[in-house]
Amino acid sequence: MKRDILQAVLAARRDKHPVALATDVETGEQAMVDAETRKGDLVLAGTALDAVRTALAEDRSGMVETEAGRLFIQVFNPPLRMIVVGAVHIAQALVPMATIAGYDVTVIDPRRAFATDARFPGTSVLNEWPDEAMTGLAPDRRTAIVTLTHDPKIDDPALSVAIRSPAFYIAALGSRRTHGKRVERLTEAGFSETEIARIKGPAGLPIGARSPAEIALSVLAECTARLHGVDAR
Amino acid sequence: MAGSDALTADFEQVMEQAARWREEGKGVALATVVTTWGSSPRPVGSQLAVSDAKEMIGSVSGGCIEGAVVLEGLKSIEDGKPRLLDFGVSDGQAWEVGLACGGKVEVYVERVD
Repeated sequence: MKRDILQAVLAARRDKHPVALATDVETGEQAMVDAETRKGDLVLAGTALDAVRTALAEDRSGMVETEAGRLFIQVFNPPLRMIVVGAVHIAQALVPMATIAGYDVTVIDPRRAFATDARFPGTSVLNEWPDEAMTGLAPDRRTAIVTLTHDPKIDDPALSVAIRSPAFYIAALGSRRTHGKRVERLTEAGFSETEIARIKGPAGLPIGARSPAEIALSVLAECTARLHGVDAR
Repeated sequence: MAGSDALTADFEQVMEQAARWREEGKGVALATVVTTWGSSPRPVGSQLAVSDAKEMIGSVSGGCIEGAVVLEGLKSIEDGKPRLLDFGVSDGQAWEVGLACGGKVEVYVERVD
C-alpha cells in the first residue's frame, strides 16, 4: 500500500467522507474511489469502476471479479450514529451498549436534570428541544433514532423530524396503547400512514425484556436487524 | 465510554497506528480479511497491522491465525510483495493455524510503502 493512499483514506475517514479502497490482490495496485474521483496506481474504468461505486453505495466490502481482475473492495463509510431522545434510565444502558456496537451516540433531552454529562460520560448530550436538535444533527441513512421519554412534548417533535429523514431505524418506547395514541396524534398533525409506519413501536424485539439493560438490548437488537436488512420480528 | 476503545478497535485505529509506525520509520505490513466462508470469527474488512519492531494491533480471527499472519507480514516488509493467504480447517495446516470454528478466511497482506 502506497503511503499517500493510506493517508488519503485516513483523511477521508476524518472528514466523514465515504470512500472505497479497491485492491488488485495479484499486483497490489490500489485505487481510492469516491462518487466522483479515483486516485492511485490501479487503473479502473467502465464496469470495474462501476462495481467499486456500487459497493460504496451499498456499503458492501468484499471480493469482486471484474474485467480489471480480482479486486478486494473495502468500503469506508462514516460511523453509524444513534440519536437517543430522553436521558432516562434506559438511555444509561442503551448509550454504552450502542457505543460498543460502534455507534456515535448523541443524547437529547431538554430537561437539564436528566441530561447531564455526569450521567453520560464521554457522550455528547444536548439540552435542546428535540426538533431543533434533530434538525441540527441532520439524520442520514446511517443514523438510528430512538425516543425513550413517553412524553409527547418531547418524543413527538423528535419523531416528526425523524420520519421525514432518511434514518434507517426509528423506534419509540412505550406500550401498544401509548403507541396507538402516538399514531393518532401524528395522523392529526398531518403525517402520512407510510411516514408513521416507519416508527417501530413498541420499540425493540420481543425478547421478554424487563430491566433497563434488557430493554436496551432488545432495542439495539432490532436496530441491528434493520441495519442488516433482516426481518427479525 | 471508558474501556470501549479495545472493543471497538477497527480498521480506523489499525490504519492510524500503521501510519504512525511508518512515520516513526518502522517497516509496516497490513493484513485484511478479504473473504470469509462459514462461521469465521471476524468479518470481511477486519485488519491487523504489524511493525518490524514486532508490534501488533487489531485482529483477523479469534486468535487462531494471528501468528501465521504476523510471520507473513514480516516477510512482506522484507520483500515488498503482497500475499494472499488462505486459512481453513481443510488445508492440512489445521493443527497449526486452522480455524477451530470450521470457517475459512482469505487474508491479504501488504507492505505499507
